[in-house]
Amino acid sequence: MSAEQSRKLIVLVAIWSALLFAPYWMAPLGGYTALATRVLVLGLAAMSLNFLLGFTGVLSFGHAAWFGLGAYGAGLSLKYLALSTPLAVLCGILLGGLCGAILGLLIVRRRGVYFAMVTIAFGQVFYYIAFQWSSLTGGDDGLRGFARQPIDLGFFKLDILTNANVFYYFVLFCFALAIGAMGYILRSPFGRTMIAIRENERRARFLGIPIERHIWIAFSLSCFFMGFAGALYALVNNFADPRGLHYSQSGDFVMMAVMGGMRSFWGPLLGATVFVVLQDYLSSVTVNWMSFVGLLFVLVVLFFPRGLLGFFRRSKA
Amino acid sequence: MMTQLLLFNVTNGLIIGAFYVLMALGLSLILNLSNVINFAHGGFLVIGGYIAYALAPYVGFWGALLLAPPLTAIIGLAVERVLIRPLYGRDPLYSLLLTFGLAFMIEDGTRFIFGPQGKPFAIPPFLAQPLSNDLFFITGYRLFMVAVVVIAIALLFLLLRYTRLGIRIRAGTLDLETVAALGINVRMLRSLNFAVGIFLAGLSGVLAAGQLGLEPTMGTGLLMPSFIAIIVGGIGSLPGTLAGGLLIGVASGVTAVFFPAASEAVIYVLMAVILLARPRGLFGEEGMLT
Repeated sequence: MSAEQSRKLIVLVAIWSALLFAPYWMAPLGGYTALATRVLVLGLAAMSLNFLLGFTGVLSFGHAAWFGLGAYGAGLSLKYLALSTPLAVLCGILLGGLCGAILGLLIVRRRGVYFAMVTIAFGQVFYYIAFQWSSLTGGDDGLRGFARQPIDLGFFKLDILTNANVFYYFVLFCFALAIGAMGYILRSPFGRTMIAIRENERRARFLGIPIERHIWIAFSLSCFFMGFAGALYALVNNFADPRGLHYSQSGDFVMMAVMGGMRSFWGPLLGATVFVVLQDYLSSVTVNWMSFVGLLFVLVVLFFPRGLLGFFRRSKA
Repeated sequence: MMTQLLLFNVTNGLIIGAFYVLMALGLSLILNLSNVINFAHGGFLVIGGYIAYALAPYVGFWGALLLAPPLTAIIGLAVERVLIRPLYGRDPLYSLLLTFGLAFMIEDGTRFIFGPQGKPFAIPPFLAQPLSNDLFFITGYRLFMVAVVVIAIALLFLLLRYTRLGIRIRAGTLDLETVAALGINVRMLRSLNFAVGIFLAGLSGVLAAGQLGLEPTMGTGLLMPSFIAIIVGGIGSLPGTLAGGLLIGVASGVTAVFFPAASEAVIYVLMAVILLARPRGLFGEEGMLT
């Protein structure tokens, strides 16, 4: 085993053990399990966005739409369809993913800032639908009146509703599934092609790679993952909020990815951790937390454009 | 009665559309030349409005109208110099994130300084009168606003068409490298262009303040329709932006008559339809989108 491989293995073991024991080491540090669960879900969302942003090099600034649709899909399913958590998650994934895949067809021909603009504008469509269709979605107040349900495994019942730790491990399990799939895709020939498109689109096109189709598939996959994260978020809060679909939420996700390090697989999780903990702290100490979050955006862009992981790597090299 | 209602809403739509156009033209100028999506454009509108509010007790409405837009443009110049200039040539992602953060800071800063409640902004009494009883919705101020917007747009197009600066801006939009190779100071060009865009945002701020009063969040609501005006009209085309803004303004005004809940959603539907039928937008040129 080379030094590089063993270093990677150590990092992986460290990350997973930190995640596995989070409920135990967070409490002494002043955190709480629900905060860890939120970090995990938003981290998954940031990683899903980065799947597109960091690995295909396509700037989507409307990804909160698919996240929010996932949340509404899960909430509506629990409220109107059946009291089943797995079904709710499935509905969330499908709603977010399918809407993303369909609109993706309209979006993928654009590049750069124009891609960003069109994704923002289409993302806002769903925000307005959620906001205006009060009879179904609860409008401005958000969707209430549902709760995650215990999962019956036949021989054993997982009480994810009342036991925060059990719920954390349920979310961790979903997280592991999703990022396992993401890692698998990135290692596949398709994933390598995505990176080739990021590095040099024109050359990839000359090699005969159908660029638009690849970007569309990457965009759609990222929307499905985003829907997954959104569905979990609805379960975390037992609530779905129209502001979860708003472009400012998309901005937060992009920020998490950039702050952690767009070019690395785990970077967005780190970014989400810092962002969520900081926001949680700032909003408890000052009413002007918005200014500080804005300042954070400005400072990160000007001084840490490669993110925390990129910064550490460069200073080591 | 129906025609009057329709006329009322079409007029409303045109006036709102005029705001969209003013905002969108500024955004479009900056986007075309510098490849920066200025998320803080709504923030500069707020700055323009509040500067006018702060100045009005000393210089009156007319003074505020004259002074606030250039002052906003100067603030814009400073912001461009310090924060945005380092980002040219980097991935557009960064300028997007930066202006996004800036928009937060401006909104929150305004709330901190002037308080979260709305503020009234007094306009001269003779402008507040309706023109006639039948057309009660056409106040002098609304006509005045439209006139100012039309003059501003005409001046902008004259500037772009006939002055040296304008010709350079248009040339830079097409091929910045060649413009730089011809010995033109591209940094200066980008700064001035940014200032022109922010001037328009500041002007919309003052005009909007007179119509709707002031609020720290007044800019955010106008930002998204301006984006859509640009997309609908065709990215890269200023006449397209102009047409796009008026079109979505009137569309949402007319929809407000028949189906009020959808008056905001309709502009998004319009955008989707136009992008389906004509992916480059109404006036967009082939190749500008990719």
